[in-house]
Amino acid sequence: MSTTTKIDLANPAPAKPEKARPRRGLRANATLNFWLFTGPFLIGLIVFVFVPMGWSIYLSFFEARFTVSPSSFIGFDNYRAILDNPDFTGALVTFTVFAAFIVPTTWALSLGLALLVHRIRFMKAFFRSVFFLPTAVSYVAAALIWKMSIFNGVRFGMANTVIGWFGFENVAWLANPDPPWYWLVIVTLRLWLQAGFYMILFLAALQNIPAELYEAAAIDGAKPGWQTFRYITLPQLRATSTAVILLLLIAAYQAFDEFWNLLSKATWGQPPLVELYKTALGENQDYGQGSAGAVILTLLILIITLFQGKIMGFGRGEEAK
Amino acid sequence: MSALSNNNWSRRSLFRAAAGMAAAGTLAACGSNNGRSGGGSGDSLTQYFHAYGEAGTEQAIKRYAKAYKDANVTTQWITGSNFENKLFPALLTKNAPDVFEFHPQLQLVTSGQVADLSDIINPVKDDFNPADIASHTVDGKIYGVRMIDDPQFFYYRPSLFEKAKVEVPQTLEELIEAVNKLTTDKVKGAFLGNDITPVQSPLIWSAGADTLNDKNEIAYHTDAVAEGLGQLRKLFTSGNLLLDAPADWWDPSAFTQGLTAIQWCGMWAMPVIQKALGDDVGIFPFPKVGSAGKFSVTNGGWSMFVNAKGDNVDAAKEYVKWLWIDQKKYQEDWALSYGFHIPPRTSIAQSATKLKSGLPAEGVKLFSEYGHFDNIGWTQAMIAAINDVIANSVRKGGSPDAALSAADKKVNAELKKLFG
Repeated sequence: MSTTTKIDLANPAPAKPEKARPRRGLRANATLNFWLFTGPFLIGLIVFVFVPMGWSIYLSFFEARFTVSPSSFIGFDNYRAILDNPDFTGALVTFTVFAAFIVPTTWALSLGLALLVHRIRFMKAFFRSVFFLPTAVSYVAAALIWKMSIFNGVRFGMANTVIGWFGFENVAWLANPDPPWYWLVIVTLRLWLQAGFYMILFLAALQNIPAELYEAAAIDGAKPGWQTFRYITLPQLRATSTAVILLLLIAAYQAFDEFWNLLSKATWGQPPLVELYKTALGENQDYGQGSAGAVILTLLILIITLFQGKIMGFGRGEEAK
Repeated sequence: MSALSNNNWSRRSLFRAAAGMAAAGTLAACGSNNGRSGGGSGDSLTQYFHAYGEAGTEQAIKRYAKAYKDANVTTQWITGSNFENKLFPALLTKNAPDVFEFHPQLQLVTSGQVADLSDIINPVKDDFNPADIASHTVDGKIYGVRMIDDPQFFYYRPSLFEKAKVEVPQTLEELIEAVNKLTTDKVKGAFLGNDITPVQSPLIWSAGADTLNDKNEIAYHTDAVAEGLGQLRKLFTSGNLLLDAPADWWDPSAFTQGLTAIQWCGMWAMPVIQKALGDDVGIFPFPKVGSAGKFSVTNGGWSMFVNAKGDNVDAAKEYVKWLWIDQKKYQEDWALSYGFHIPPRTSIAQSATKLKSGLPAEGVKLFSEYGHFDNIGWTQAMIAAINDVIANSVRKGGSPDAALSAADKKVNAELKKLFG
């Protein structure tokens, strides 16, 4: 049987694959492209995150005072010393309490703001920007405003002026830890700075909830308001909520700037990072012990994150939504 | 996507934007000014100064540096209230300053961080205040050049004292009483700094104790000191102390603006205070604490050190010699033209007419009669331990004795590291 076929108009030659030179170059070098795009990030990650982390773990096993290239290996002594330091362990406890308070509060406030802005019919972009703007302010600058202008202790400080209208005495908001007014300063500052950012996350998620769900619920007789919020909005926001809570939790344990600037030479309200800073970089210059504390803190955040992921299903993908 | 949604913000794009910003921030940080202008020809030196509050000081330091011909000197003017927390970590890096100002502290010597400057100081040693040489000497070697001595004491308003019928307090009890009488609706009795730590050392000295004794053992843990802390606690809770002032103790604003009748501050602020209040200002030392009490004044100050681990130790020493040993004109300008400081060089102090009469002369008298100079063995970690004592006993109301015992533990650990 002949295998040749006459080529004519009725039987055109099979189309040859296009050469597509420019595209093939790209496709053949997918590996190159991968490295091209992720390379700079990876280099940054390695140089600024992994190398210091490795170095810190290394340092934590050495006597490293006034040096970052130590020579005397001391095993777990630094870990023992930092866990024996009541300032550090106290800071861990304080900040677990702080996190337990600030995380739900910020979550609720940013969700509330998102719902309000989502509902609003006019000047939506304006309100969205207004609430988001504080995110752009640095913690240090905000802390200074809170400390020197709003919550200063003199009679013309803003907070003192306001309470003065109601006949209250001036309050030393930060200097006097009893009663602990400093928490009010810290919490308001943190809410002001953070709520806007998480509001945007919630807003994005709210806009992704299909309107049909609400229509269907309305047909089924669900009352608008609490009922639809509880049974439609909230479950639909689950993935975002999980992410927000996780981010807030990490942020709470990483708190540093405002505490450092607001509570000078205090022994209360000291976050773990401030304690570590004092140990490693401040007056003590004990990089070994500081690093040991950093490793402990990292492990702690890791455990909490994994635990939270387990109960809230973070990273299980879209079906968890 | 929901019909309501008409914009394209998504979590992913937002994270992407945030990550991008974070990356940009990291890169920007890399390029930040590291203090080296990299001149190429000649040596490049970097010097660290904390930000002095007096107008013109930054320009003065830069002007002196510019006048130096043998090296290109860059100045880092470090703002913020925690100079040591910027200085200490910086000293461990490649971008460490070659020359820096600080107070004499032994750990800088034992860790080999500061260079021996005996060879440049010895020829003029006799022209320095002996106390300023002693406080910088370890085993016969001199490690820093004192630039200025800064006595710290109380400023007060005689007119307000008169109105409240109060005498200048001789004891801590009298001070507390005076503060209570001086307080009105508008004016608080006294300002000891927002965290009260500026008076921690004077409290110890005025109670007849000391930070460390001659054998470098703890000398601050006495009953009189504990009693003094208790009295300070009483003052703190009286509601008559100015707290959380927008400008802290080293700035005379609270005093000049009439927020307080008494303020603990330094001699540096004297020109500004005199300009604002004219003759209505007096000074007195920290009053006596307990039965064996004595008056005391903190003789603080700043010294120049050379980073022994830097790349240009010799050039840095040359520069320090040129400016802080040879250039008396600049030393005098630095001590007297901005704030008032007492020149550590006897020859300059003698010709300092500005300090010869009136309030400045009184300041010099307090400095010489009641002043306590730096003790090189009393290091930053020990100072921080006493800061905690003030926080825990005076501000938080804990037992002074327990707070002092907690400090003992930290100070002893530090002493063991330094002296074995």
